[in-house]
Amino acid sequence: MPTINETVSEEIRAQARKLLEEGTVAAVIGYAAGSLPMTVKPLVVRSPEDCRKLIWNTFCVLNLANYLPATLKSVEPPRGPRDPKPEGPLPKVAICATGCWSRNIVVQIQEHQVARDRVVVMGVGSRGMVSKRKVQALFDGREILAVEEGDHELVIQGADFSETINRWSVVRDNCQTCTHPDPVLVDVRIGEPVSERKNPNPFMQVDALEQKSGDERWAWFTEEFSTCIRCYACRNACPLCYCPTCFVDDAKPQWVGKSLDAVDTGLFHILRAYHCAGRCTDCGTCETVCPKGINMRMLTKKLNKDVLDLYGIEAGMQPDAPLPLTTYTMDDPQKFMVAEPSAVKEGK
Amino acid sequence: MKVFKITPAELDAMIQEWSKAHPVYAPALAKQPAASPDCAPGWSRVDGNAPLTLPVGPPPASVKTFFFPQPETLLTYTLENNHPDKGLMREPAKSQGIQVVVGVRPCDARSVLLNNLPYQEDPFFQANRQRTALIGFTCEQTRSTCFCTQMGGSPLGSEGLDLVFSRTRDGFIVEVGSAKGEALVADLDLAPADESEISALAARRQEEVKASSTELDTLKGRELGKLYDAPLWQPLGESCINCGACTFICPTCYCFDIQDEVVRGQGRRIRYWDSCMFPLYSLHTSGHNPRGQKVQRTRNRFLHKLKYFPDRFGPFSCVGCGRCVQDCPVNIDIREVMTDLLAVE
Amino acid sequence: MISYMPYPVRIDDIVVETEDGNQKTFKLVFENEAHRKAWRHVPGQFAMLSLAGQGEIPIGIASSPTEEGHLLFTVNRAGKVTTALHQMNIGDRMGVRGPLGNGFPINTDMLGKNIVIIAGGFAVTTLRATLLSLLARRPDYGKITFIYGARTPGMLLYRDELKQWAQREDIDLHVTIDREAPGWDGLVGFVPTIAGDVAPSPENSVALICGPPIMIKFTMPPLEKIGWTDDQVYLSLENRMKCGEGVCCHCNVGPTLVCKDGPVFTRSQVKQLPIEY
Repeated sequence: MPTINETVSEEIRAQARKLLEEGTVAAVIGYAAGSLPMTVKPLVVRSPEDCRKLIWNTFCVLNLANYLPATLKSVEPPRGPRDPKPEGPLPKVAICATGCWSRNIVVQIQEHQVARDRVVVMGVGSRGMVSKRKVQALFDGREILAVEEGDHELVIQGADFSETINRWSVVRDNCQTCTHPDPVLVDVRIGEPVSERKNPNPFMQVDALEQKSGDERWAWFTEEFSTCIRCYACRNACPLCYCPTCFVDDAKPQWVGKSLDAVDTGLFHILRAYHCAGRCTDCGTCETVCPKGINMRMLTKKLNKDVLDLYGIEAGMQPDAPLPLTTYTMDDPQKFMVAEPSAVKEGK
Repeated sequence: MKVFKITPAELDAMIQEWSKAHPVYAPALAKQPAASPDCAPGWSRVDGNAPLTLPVGPPPASVKTFFFPQPETLLTYTLENNHPDKGLMREPAKSQGIQVVVGVRPCDARSVLLNNLPYQEDPFFQANRQRTALIGFTCEQTRSTCFCTQMGGSPLGSEGLDLVFSRTRDGFIVEVGSAKGEALVADLDLAPADESEISALAARRQEEVKASSTELDTLKGRELGKLYDAPLWQPLGESCINCGACTFICPTCYCFDIQDEVVRGQGRRIRYWDSCMFPLYSLHTSGHNPRGQKVQRTRNRFLHKLKYFPDRFGPFSCVGCGRCVQDCPVNIDIREVMTDLLAVE
Repeated sequence: MISYMPYPVRIDDIVVETEDGNQKTFKLVFENEAHRKAWRHVPGQFAMLSLAGQGEIPIGIASSPTEEGHLLFTVNRAGKVTTALHQMNIGDRMGVRGPLGNGFPINTDMLGKNIVIIAGGFAVTTLRATLLSLLARRPDYGKITFIYGARTPGMLLYRDELKQWAQREDIDLHVTIDREAPGWDGLVGFVPTIAGDVAPSPENSVALICGPPIMIKFTMPPLEKIGWTDDQVYLSLENRMKCGEGVCCHCNVGPTLVCKDGPVFTRSQVKQLPIEY
């Protein structure tokens, strides 16, 4: 009997082929098999024949929404910077999306990075993605040469060993605490829907940090971020980080030093996290792609908690919902909120 | 060349002895800060009695950090008003004395020789080379991501190492590769290695040479235009997220940026690792960017290693350590890129 | 060994060249007599101007080696370092690292040849240096044609010198502006058009062209029409540079390093390169 993900893979290939053959979309964003165990390659498919390369497994850890704006641009007819927008609808792009990725697409729609009517979301309910690092940690430096995936267990093989482990035990922290594994936006359903997960406390890891003293938290922060090499994989893999020039790259003025000074590195991570406040869906990509395994996700997760506490909002749940930090209402408590221009005059 | 034999216990004692006179570094087992006073991220200072343990294949951090530290201070100056030397550049005092790096794999040792080609005339790199002794261990076992034999190296290679340790049944044989290496063992009373073990190692090296491949060398003769315009770059550039992970973990990526940093009136001009993957790398002040597209930057990195560098210096700028293969977030595998390039008509 | 240490210099004079105030020529004198004596450059080379606390920028050397005792750099205010430089005063200290790059072949390929110099906008700087060097040994070269264009009369650099050169019999000088302007009685029209009109036959000649990429692109067809080949045409490339010594890789165009192999290339050399400049 095929595994759940084998069935999902088969459906993704069939649906992608159909969408391309019908001409509904010009491209499909998905995954191809990787060259190493526990890795996959993001892939943009543009022809029905290439759909056979698409796969789905428990190691699809990179948020594909990151590729959506550029792929949409790539399928538009080429035009110069001053040329007018072509008439008629622009070609569409299909994208495989789990709960958090679909929420990132919603954020992209809210922030006008992506037009809703140009995206076909191939929704996949997430069963939680496995952390390669967690698996490797179990094997203490012994090289893993192959991993066979079952629905609930993984068979890990090396040159002189073969062990079966429980899949959920090595699922990434963000997936383990996720409450919305099913996509919030679905145009084409892939596989079976996954029900909302009743998680007693999705902010367990943040709470544990918050309970520490200021000194202890500072110690955690300095230690955790000390290995950063400023490669910016976290930023570049994040669908929220689409600024044409990031503040760390700006030279005029230069906000952040370029060497590995702990102050500069810390500033980068803290500021980046703040830029993601109210927008982050805790997809865990930043942490996953970090070559040093830095847990920068704790910063964004803390801000997700604050935004939920302050505004009762979780990012990307509805395309037409306001963005918590770019929206104001007249009854906001700030002093600078003034009701009417006439009121200003009277006040004077 | 002198060849000695040594037991594991004697090896640890020897490292102990060195650490009394010099800073000695070995691959870190726990996480190491990227910026430390020692400036050896990924390496830890050997001082205790712990026996040397090496991972299979290359350790996570390459030896690049010892020759091309992140950052290197090129010049210092004061910006204090009314100081007679305000704005006058001074050369920083260079670190003196030997540093010993233990546990270097043959691939990393070769990377120093390759980087030395563009850095031949660089005073800082040369000074660091002069004061660094590389103590190598040939690879008994390799990882599935290792491909040094395709890049002109060997798991049993000794190039660029000051002392080379190779496993024998009950210990190691030690080859002295340089005067620096010789000085490190001069005061130790080491027994000469058995002829049989020396010839056994030579025989194994012969086997390695036979197994190595020179197929990739045909890339060097290819026309640049054909490789540059090959269709493989488009999908590669599309999936690449243009982070600097591959560049920074790569032992042979050597490009840098220069910046001034001023703290409370005291300034320094530093150089630090840069990456041709970053759009800012090639951006003109006018706003024009010769490599403004992601695909152009991805292509530049690979062609630099596999075509531009060999065009200038001869060898490829890659030692086949496989670090980028293991750590690329989107699984761009340079081995696949090479295969695809070889297939370009 | 290469050195990252700039020579300390003082700003001896500042001339505001253009009406928009964005181009200033800085006259720099060495603080140290030994450095002054050691300095040797050829026209077309550049140097790193170094400002403590700001950084370095590569700028073409505007003075000719025949102007002894000082260096001239005409700098366009554009980025962080050039903006800081524009705020500096006479007497201030800065640094110069160089000379860097190859320069024009005034002592080799250009000897005995007719020389056509074509400049657009503020790219004229190293060509000014070149012209002065040629004039200093005028008999070593054939006919000299100098074509220089700017947007308006007020955007022309080195206006006093242009007047002097116009008086000379041994330079065929053509200065043009893009559009008619009050008080301007000289040529009007774009550089490529003028070049097509006045360029001499390619026989025993070389051309040096510096200017915006679009100008270079349109200047070539009229020259090719009268028989010029790519080997006779020298261009100067620009790319972002950091070390200036061929180490840091920033300026690479394929295997070529603009700072070390260039910045001066023949057009045929440039055509061999990927278009990454």
